[in-house]
Amino acid sequence: MSGEIGRLLVANRGEIAVRVIRACRDLGISPVAVYSDADSEALHVQLADEAVHIGPAHARKSYLLPEAIVAAALEAGAQAIHPGYGFLSEDPRLPRACEEAGLVFVGPPAEVMAAVGDKVLAREAAIAAGVAVVPGSEGRLASVTDAQGVAAELGFPVLLKASAGGGGRGIRPVESAEELADAYQRASAEAEAAFGDGGLFLEKLLVRPRHVEVQVLADAHGNVVHLGERDCSTQRRKQKLIEEAPAPNLDPAVRDELCEGAVRFARGVGYVGAGTCEFLVDAEGRACFIEMNARIQVEHGITELVTGVDLVAEQLRIAAGRPLGLSQGEIEPRGAAIEFRINAEDPGNGFMPSPGEITAWRPASGPGVRVDSGVEAGGVVQPFYDSMVAKLMVWGASREEAMDRARRALEECRIEGVTTTLALHRELLDWEPLRAGEVTIESLEEHLDAAAALAGA
Amino acid sequence: MSDELVIRAPIPGVFYRRPDPGSPPFAEEGDRVEPGAVIGLVEVMKQFHDIVAEAAGVIVSFEVESEDVVSPGDVVARLEAAG
Repeated sequence: MSGEIGRLLVANRGEIAVRVIRACRDLGISPVAVYSDADSEALHVQLADEAVHIGPAHARKSYLLPEAIVAAALEAGAQAIHPGYGFLSEDPRLPRACEEAGLVFVGPPAEVMAAVGDKVLAREAAIAAGVAVVPGSEGRLASVTDAQGVAAELGFPVLLKASAGGGGRGIRPVESAEELADAYQRASAEAEAAFGDGGLFLEKLLVRPRHVEVQVLADAHGNVVHLGERDCSTQRRKQKLIEEAPAPNLDPAVRDELCEGAVRFARGVGYVGAGTCEFLVDAEGRACFIEMNARIQVEHGITELVTGVDLVAEQLRIAAGRPLGLSQGEIEPRGAAIEFRINAEDPGNGFMPSPGEITAWRPASGPGVRVDSGVEAGGVVQPFYDSMVAKLMVWGASREEAMDRARRALEECRIEGVTTTLALHRELLDWEPLRAGEVTIESLEEHLDAAAALAGA
Repeated sequence: MSDELVIRAPIPGVFYRRPDPGSPPFAEEGDRVEPGAVIGLVEVMKQFHDIVAEAAGVIVSFEVESEDVVSPGDVVARLEAAG
């Protein structure tokens, strides 16, 4: 390995920069950090062999500049760049700039990243790979009669969408065949008035779906494997708060369909590196592909806990041109893992950001516990970046054991100086939908709204 | 002489005078503002929070530029009380 990548620049900050630095250490690679004006004392800077200053605190003037990142890598004598997640991790300009500078990019080639990031192209690629997408009409509806036929086939409820709409506008849910004719006339007239185009199409409305995603690894030699799934349904405003692997109460047939579909999709688009295919799964077990994330994800650690595979190290081996170190048959998820995102936000005050100095920091540890973070006591949670300060992960031989260890670890964990989501997580351990493994993507917001209404009453 | 009033940043972050790069500023020097009027934004951890005038007045000056870093309590703008 060291013959191929001896030095690697980590184009990120916080816990993921620390995570990548650790993988570098394990593989004998010399890690180089980058930092903005705000991060000169940050943990990732301290842990790297060298750190390069790349600009002001504002991410748009530092961590989001591909040219600054590439210049830093060249200055430090690095041969490769790892983008982490967020920032430039899904921006094809970075792999392109790496290619031009003769640097290895840890991730897919620029054109694959661009194709995967385009919703229309990704949907077409999924269909071509035989992966189910949200079912709907093929193109525009010709008439009300056409709509009735398509809706009957899809099954109610459905969504009537304006062909020219976008960004959530021009969408109308329809509960039954009786409502459809009237809804069609209204939606068409509204679309004509709003967009100058009355064209409509129909999509199946997934009722109370779960968010289930599949981790894949693909090397540059055509080998693709999956590492099982994660359930990330515990969300607030589309931000995941709790994730677990495997997904609880998932029909094994659906699990196989998702995992095999993710591999076919990755193979079909010529994917290289670590990636995640995201799906919605409704109450009837209907699974629909939404998108692929062409990078390592925040919640990759729980997959590492159940599979024993170091995903970041695998990313680095793949980037160095090596074949995958493991075959599908060798990957056997064991037990259950749960992640709790500890964010510097105040759940008691509308999740208001709570930046500031961490005056006391005692991460949990002990059997089955892993804490990944980019902070330490005396460190500062900066107002300029993401609010996540740590990821508390637990593993157990069973889901029940993982939940018990989660309770112990969440109690043990102590953070002072900033308000965090730690107390909320302790409460959520007694939240019935989570205990029962029945959380859907709307559940947490409904629960928080109800709790807030109760507190306000 | 009319009283001078100040508008301070409530939270740390990055200050903006416009709702988005393509829009005009919320307020200009010389504008008269009423209590509750939004005169800027602070971006903190990817969320945006309004900076509002607490009293009526005429904006004399902005003390920070768009995209400058502000700390809680920093003076963002000075007002002259409308008398």
